[in-house]
Amino acid sequence: MQYGLTGLINFGHVGFFAIGAFTSALLALAGLPTPLSLAAAAATSAIVAWPIGLVALRLREDYFAVVTLGFGETVRLIVTSERWLTNGVQGIPGIPRLFPADHGAAGAVATLLVLCICCLGGALVLQRLARSPFGRMIEAIRDNEDAVRALGKNPAAFKTRVLALGSALAGLAGGFYAHVITYLSPDQFTALVTFYVWMAMILGGVGRVSGAVLGALLLMAFLEGTRFVRDALPGLVSEVEMASVRLGAVGLALILFTLFRPQGLVGDYSRR
Amino acid sequence: MNLLVRELSKAFGGFHVLDRVSFSFETDGLLGIIGPNGAGKSTLFSVLSGFISADRGSILLGERAIDRLSPQERAQLGLVRTFQVPREFHHLTVRENLMAAAPHQPGERLIPLFLAPARVRAAERAVRERADEVIAFLRLEAVADLPAGRLSGGQKKLLELGRALLTEPRLVLLDEPFAGVNAVLVGEVIERIAALHARGIGFLIIEHDLGSLARLVPRLLVMDRGRVIAEGEPRAVLNDRAVRAAYLGQTTP
Repeated sequence: MQYGLTGLINFGHVGFFAIGAFTSALLALAGLPTPLSLAAAAATSAIVAWPIGLVALRLREDYFAVVTLGFGETVRLIVTSERWLTNGVQGIPGIPRLFPADHGAAGAVATLLVLCICCLGGALVLQRLARSPFGRMIEAIRDNEDAVRALGKNPAAFKTRVLALGSALAGLAGGFYAHVITYLSPDQFTALVTFYVWMAMILGGVGRVSGAVLGALLLMAFLEGTRFVRDALPGLVSEVEMASVRLGAVGLALILFTLFRPQGLVGDYSRR
Repeated sequence: MNLLVRELSKAFGGFHVLDRVSFSFETDGLLGIIGPNGAGKSTLFSVLSGFISADRGSILLGERAIDRLSPQERAQLGLVRTFQVPREFHHLTVRENLMAAAPHQPGERLIPLFLAPARVRAAERAVRERADEVIAFLRLEAVADLPAGRLSGGQKKLLELGRALLTEPRLVLLDEPFAGVNAVLVGEVIERIAALHARGIGFLIIEHDLGSLARLVPRLLVMDRGRVIAEGEPRAVLNDRAVRAAYLGQTTP
């Protein structure tokens, strides 16, 4: 929605993801039920995004990219240094799971189910937006912002809303991440996370909700799935080397996609 | 209502693109603006529509000074421009381009979009009808469902005009509406503009096609090197010595 439909280059996804993760983790540890802490995670990320949108969206789009990249890094540094809140580099252990009563397979399946339902819900909301008059207007902004202004509409207002909405989803994702991993530390929130989002989108297809979903699914299946490949090839590469090999393979896939299938797997917005 | 332009000046570097331009215009009228290339006509439109701010001078729309308003605020007051080089939303279809231009759509706001879908659908139907009227009016039926990026130059010009009409304008600034439009269609566009004018919409029109323009507007404003050098009835203006000199590239004595 941000890049494909509106043309916003947001390099700070990880910042909103981190805010969501820490918000939900800290609130849950303070005793709030997880559904509420997750809602608070989404809301906090959106609220933080709002002023950033108001200020940064006055800038040209490439500067917006720089500001958001800096924002993501700033969030990571705050999380690292504000020990009273986030326990610094030692991180926060023991974050409650979504289904704390059930530690077995049933809990994992229930968690997976909740995540799938939320993903589907998020995708449907985005699909509804994309096909609405709101979606038409953000696509118009992507195609020609001055023409939108000449027609009496304020692009900045639409872009701020898009940024806040996308950040709410990133915050929600961060919240789920916290409750699934159950341990948070600053080194989980490097700019690489932002670029995973971009990789997934480019692989799947820019400007298509189905592209984002499919791209994320494939990218994560590949990144997580290939963890076991090393076990099948004992002694060939070390654990650390394998991580680099996997990223290298994703990089190669991105290059090949850009060369031979720039529209991604499901096609992009230009092929309607 | 009256559009009153007083002593507008704009310089880029040391170059005076607009030099104390003044004129007055009834917003339901028709006025042609002509002049050689580089006379400052398009810059005047950009200043009037708020895309460029003037160095000096004032613009009054009725009683209201609009100098400091943003382009979108001016458009909301009914002062809508088109661009010399068409700026269509190239991935949207022609119909979607027009629908995007309609004001006050509840579906463009998030809360009604999710909480009042019936209202959004009703508004969307109404906007679609208006877009289809404009499509028929501009004879764009055959391309209505094509992405606007695939239109010809002339069709894009018509789409620019159409989008301006969808905003419910009071006064439209048309920047070379006939450029790239074939001769048969120019005649039709002139008829269309005259018909819209009869409905109370005013037009300021920059155009190099003097013959076509003279058929349409009762009054011409001639610019040269940032200044207004003549104003009046087309025939008188076109016979004016200073105007002929400007167009033929001679210096005035």
